[in-house]
Amino acid sequence: MRRRMMKFAVVAALGAVLTATSYAAVSKLQKGGTLIFAGASDPTYLDPALVSDGESFRVTKQIFQGLVELKPGTLKVEPALATSWKVARDGKTWTFGLRKGVKFHDGSQFNAAAVCFNFNRWYNFTGPFQDASASYYYRAIFGGFHHNEAANASLGASLYRSCRANGKYTAVIKLTKRSGPFLPSLVISSFSMQSPTALKKYDADKGELRGSTFYPTGTYAFQHPTGTGPYKFQEWKIGQKVVLVRNNQYWGKKPGISTLIIEPISNATARLQALQKGDVNGYDLVNTPDIPTIKQDSKLRLVDRPQFNVGYVTINSSHPPFNNVKVRQAVAYGLDRASVVRSFYSGRGIVAKEFMPPTIPFGYEKNVKTYPYSPSKAKALLKAAGLSLPVKVEFWYPTNVSRPYMPNPKLNFEAFKASLEQSGFSVDAHSAPWRPDYVKKVNDGTAGDLNMIGWTGDYGDPDNFVGTFFQKYSPQFGFRNPKLFSLLDKAEATVSLKQRDALYRQANRLIAQLVPGIPYVHTKPALGFDKGVKGYVASPVGTEPFAGVSFGGQ
Amino acid sequence: MLRFVVRRLLLLVPILFGVSILIFFWVRALPGSSIDALLGERATPQLVAQYKRQYGLNEPLYKQYGKYLERTVKGDFGVSIASRRLVSTEIRERFPATVELALAAMIFAMGVGIPLGFLAAKRHGSLFDHLSLLLSLLGISIPIFFLAIILKYIFAVRLGWLPTVGRVSVTIDVKSRTNFYVIDTILAGDWHALGDVLKHLVLPALALGSIPLAVVARITRAAVLDVQNEDYVRTARAKGLAPRIVDRRHIFRNAMLPISTIVGLQTGLLLSGAVLTETVFAYPGMGSWLANAIFNRDYAVIQGGVLFLAVVFVLVNLLVDISYALINPRIRYS
Repeated sequence: MRRRMMKFAVVAALGAVLTATSYAAVSKLQKGGTLIFAGASDPTYLDPALVSDGESFRVTKQIFQGLVELKPGTLKVEPALATSWKVARDGKTWTFGLRKGVKFHDGSQFNAAAVCFNFNRWYNFTGPFQDASASYYYRAIFGGFHHNEAANASLGASLYRSCRANGKYTAVIKLTKRSGPFLPSLVISSFSMQSPTALKKYDADKGELRGSTFYPTGTYAFQHPTGTGPYKFQEWKIGQKVVLVRNNQYWGKKPGISTLIIEPISNATARLQALQKGDVNGYDLVNTPDIPTIKQDSKLRLVDRPQFNVGYVTINSSHPPFNNVKVRQAVAYGLDRASVVRSFYSGRGIVAKEFMPPTIPFGYEKNVKTYPYSPSKAKALLKAAGLSLPVKVEFWYPTNVSRPYMPNPKLNFEAFKASLEQSGFSVDAHSAPWRPDYVKKVNDGTAGDLNMIGWTGDYGDPDNFVGTFFQKYSPQFGFRNPKLFSLLDKAEATVSLKQRDALYRQANRLIAQLVPGIPYVHTKPALGFDKGVKGYVASPVGTEPFAGVSFGGQ
Repeated sequence: MLRFVVRRLLLLVPILFGVSILIFFWVRALPGSSIDALLGERATPQLVAQYKRQYGLNEPLYKQYGKYLERTVKGDFGVSIASRRLVSTEIRERFPATVELALAAMIFAMGVGIPLGFLAAKRHGSLFDHLSLLLSLLGISIPIFFLAIILKYIFAVRLGWLPTVGRVSVTIDVKSRTNFYVIDTILAGDWHALGDVLKHLVLPALALGSIPLAVVARITRAAVLDVQNEDYVRTARAKGLAPRIVDRRHIFRNAMLPISTIVGLQTGLLLSGAVLTETVFAYPGMGSWLANAIFNRDYAVIQGGVLFLAVVFVLVNLLVDISYALINPRIRYS
């Protein structure tokens, strides 16, 4: 009996292992032309006009293309489905010359009529399609719709007026006012060109609010997304994988990978281990502490994503003494930004001088007023402001969070606290969990006098950074400066790149003098790959086509 | 027996009503809302106000609950705010995955735990007994999350024997009919895929089964120790029955009763353990789904998922009660 029981135990424990390992040799991943990439979650669904999250865009960027796109690895706008564009004197009429001979994956022609169809589709969204959970980016860039639903009355008029096909390959788009961000924002995947035939055939314009969340009820967004991109949609098993296959009719250089599988793995450590084991060939959103592990592994390689974020300290200027610019400047001198960036970013951060990263191709001002760490200057400014030392300051930081611009908020906070206390301040420390309390408190302006937060951009335009923060009053900064507000309004409504460059540089100089907050870091997020993967160029905006990627051997 | 089953099934109604109230108000008592979680840095006060209006979050709680109850009774669990998909669809896809994992973990826990406990009791006080006690103490005290990561590091990353994540390799296609992949692959006669699915089950099942294994081993040991001193066992021995027959017919069968109770109760623990295990192994079941939902304040998912699991928990325990009657014919329900 005993012997038999013992046998039973051993068999039960090892049975599964043995069965499984005996298959190990057979089921080695069939790599060859198949690349497996791990993202953090499933896409929401695959109609790019109706999603706004990075994991959806990771897939839609392969299937779809817009009129323009970013030069790989940069924020420079370059031709995609449009080969040329010009804006008329009025600053509102944009004429796009389109690429000839491009076909959608369903075989239908890409032409000016298709461009107008897409723009008109967004503009004519009604009912649930106007919900921010559906058309977030359309609303952010174009404002209102043709007919705003009652709930969206506050959106106002649309930036878009009309689209006209001038022959087969020229599309003329009219706007209601001059807009600088219009062209750069067209790189957002939401403004991709989709096949009118497929949109109609698979009921892309059917959807409803269920439980008050937008939900497409046609099959387009789940089974038939149809664009012109380097990869065609094949299959999506929710929770497991999205399978894309090479578009052999692609107008550009043929993709080097024949099958691209994107797998959702929510846990960053699990993504790293999957890469180490060889279950995936690459993954995004590497945790900062894992960077040395990847660097030291001879089989793996780290790919940098160019800086497109900013970590900063908010100053709430709505009340004394922080409504005094001298006190704000004293805070700037009192924060030891250089040592924070040196100590806690694994060599992946640079000290920020401005609220926008230098990767944005225009508007960045090299010569702004800077505030190198100087406790003596800080104290002098506080005394000049008529305050007795130490000056009490309520300083907030988030817990339970790691952001690319703030991998470990508490470490940053403690270093900042120590340097402020050297500089004539006495710090009253507060914290709250990032989700959902902290961000809300920061936005409401209730997170103390100072707090730590940051921003990652959506498209390569200064408007997406300084415009977001300082174009109008926000409770977060409690900061009003009519000169700055009107300067940023003007910069947004200007089309000429040269003029915009000058205006934003002027704005950045002004911001550096007024110190509504203190930017301290821009970081490079990282992706991990096995060394066999060649040609992956990461885009600053967070998602990029895999078109140039191939297996190049070890 | 039938009356007993019907009565227990009817009891489900007040239980589910209670669970629905608890879960509804509990998720709303959590700080913050789905809106803040959803919008993050982009949560401007205007956008938040608009979302609240649209999501009906400005209405009094009792009204929101009334609407929720009405929808739930009609079988509409709502839509996940994160995936935008019907909660009922997600449950249909994910539940079989969790059941498969829980069963594998339970088979492991019982297959190892019962013999371990039995042998420990038979060799009461021996080195083996002490070792088995130590092992079960370890099983109970190591956090599942930690154990899962360690197992994965050794058997997947270092040795490369087993996969690190998922339910099946992404390069293999399982034609899902039942969504139970073991069954699906057997039905399709696809042995290669079956091997791959089993391989994906091993590490999560070991991690998830560690606590039930320890509990089952200890309960078995205690039950066997108890039973083997009973009069009828002594009598059986005295009348000269072979030890093997005494073990099987008199000791083991009687000891099964407390063990089966524990197995039923452990099901609840398996479901909570699945939250951690599935997250570490990116296993697409109910556990990882609920964990993300709580993080995102995805009300519809938390409510629908928990309510569904409550039903499962009650039904499993009913099955356990019924199994008593089979194990011990003296128990009769009426």
